[in-house]
Amino acid sequence: MKERFFKWFYGESDPMEHILDCAEVPDESREEWKYEEHEIEREISRRVHTQSVIRAERRGFYAFYLIIAVISCLMLIGVLLFTVSQLPRYGVENPRAKEVIERYVEKGLEETGAVNIVSGMILDYRAFDTLGESHVLFTALLCVMILLRLDEKNKRTRYENYYTVLADPYYDISTDPIMRIAATITLPSIFLFGIYILLNGQISPGGGFSGGAVMGAALIIYAAAFGFTVTDRVFTYRMSRCITFLSLAFYSFAKGYVFFTGANGIPNGVPKGTPGAVLSGGLILPLDIAVGMVVACTMFGFYSLFRRGSIGGE
Amino acid sequence: MFENLWINGEEAVAIILFGIGFTMLLFQRNLLKKLIGMNIMDTGVFLFLASMGYIEGRKAPIVTNGVLDTAAYINPVPAGLVLTGIVVSVSVTAVMLSLVIRLYKRYHTLDLDEIYVLSKHQMEDR
Repeated sequence: MKERFFKWFYGESDPMEHILDCAEVPDESREEWKYEEHEIEREISRRVHTQSVIRAERRGFYAFYLIIAVISCLMLIGVLLFTVSQLPRYGVENPRAKEVIERYVEKGLEETGAVNIVSGMILDYRAFDTLGESHVLFTALLCVMILLRLDEKNKRTRYENYYTVLADPYYDISTDPIMRIAATITLPSIFLFGIYILLNGQISPGGGFSGGAVMGAALIIYAAAFGFTVTDRVFTYRMSRCITFLSLAFYSFAKGYVFFTGANGIPNGVPKGTPGAVLSGGLILPLDIAVGMVVACTMFGFYSLFRRGSIGGE
Repeated sequence: MFENLWINGEEAVAIILFGIGFTMLLFQRNLLKKLIGMNIMDTGVFLFLASMGYIEGRKAPIVTNGVLDTAAYINPVPAGLVLTGIVVSVSVTAVMLSLVIRLYKRYHTLDLDEIYVLSKHQMEDR
């Protein structure tokens, strides 16, 4: 027993080897991708050289930097704490900032048709703000794609290749039966919960961003538990592009139309519905769905790009 | 001078979180730790906004039983601002993480000083 423990401790044998059906990375391919001896030596000498250059060049700068950094941190925190101590009491209404809130609370239900005043605010009064937010997410996805997507110019290094291509099957959690069974049980309810949050944005806490984030998380769990080959059949790059573009275009046109008619005093013909029902709040429900689609695509796109360098594996 | 700090305790905690994040940004040389510091700063800002909107004894701004009185609900505006902040924070974190990955690919280090020296001296990596 003791002997087996020490063998396991020093990495000589794995007692779970016969139980877990994990494919070990074959030794010959591992050797192929290993750094050669002289490469390791060159790397170490380069590191040492860099460190010595840093020490020689920036010794005076470090002392100066430390003093300035400590002073600026302390001053920032001190000034901000002083400001906080001068603020109105926590938990007491501030009478000077009431005008906007009064308008939102007293006229919000009548003008937007949404029971949830925050939803009515962000998707009706301040809808262009939310449009900007969705575009921020979309732009971030584009930036990550520019930086991480693998193509002819941006290839994996040999080192990365060892870890992602050869060793990935060994570390991949999609070979894990516990993960698969847990995902099979929980995924339908997570998806359903995401759709519920998405559709109930106007009558309860929730809405496009939170619902979309839950659905994106469900997609990520799906890809992690069953591998990307399964999600690629449903969620391709083309489909992600179409969904994102259509959602953003629909949002822009619908809200532009409503703002245009509203500014010119023309009735826009969008039914408000009964307050408190799912079909209420005028355009809030479709806009919520559009935002949720963008968020779900973006979240899954981030995961997919960071994990394997492409959306939908084309 | 600081006598009201205990009364505004929640805001003070938010400011301290912000300060911790700022200190990490200045003192850590590892890019990933800088990123974590920026996320802590974001958290401080969200806590500050949420606590500014809170009014004691009132409910979340969801109209129930047809009560349309400002005195019944908390301030709904900071909730929208926090939402904007969270979205921007997620986007900025994702873009910065991918930039860190590209820097690591080029220089094989996460230390900002090493990256600076390597880029300055035009040392060719493998």
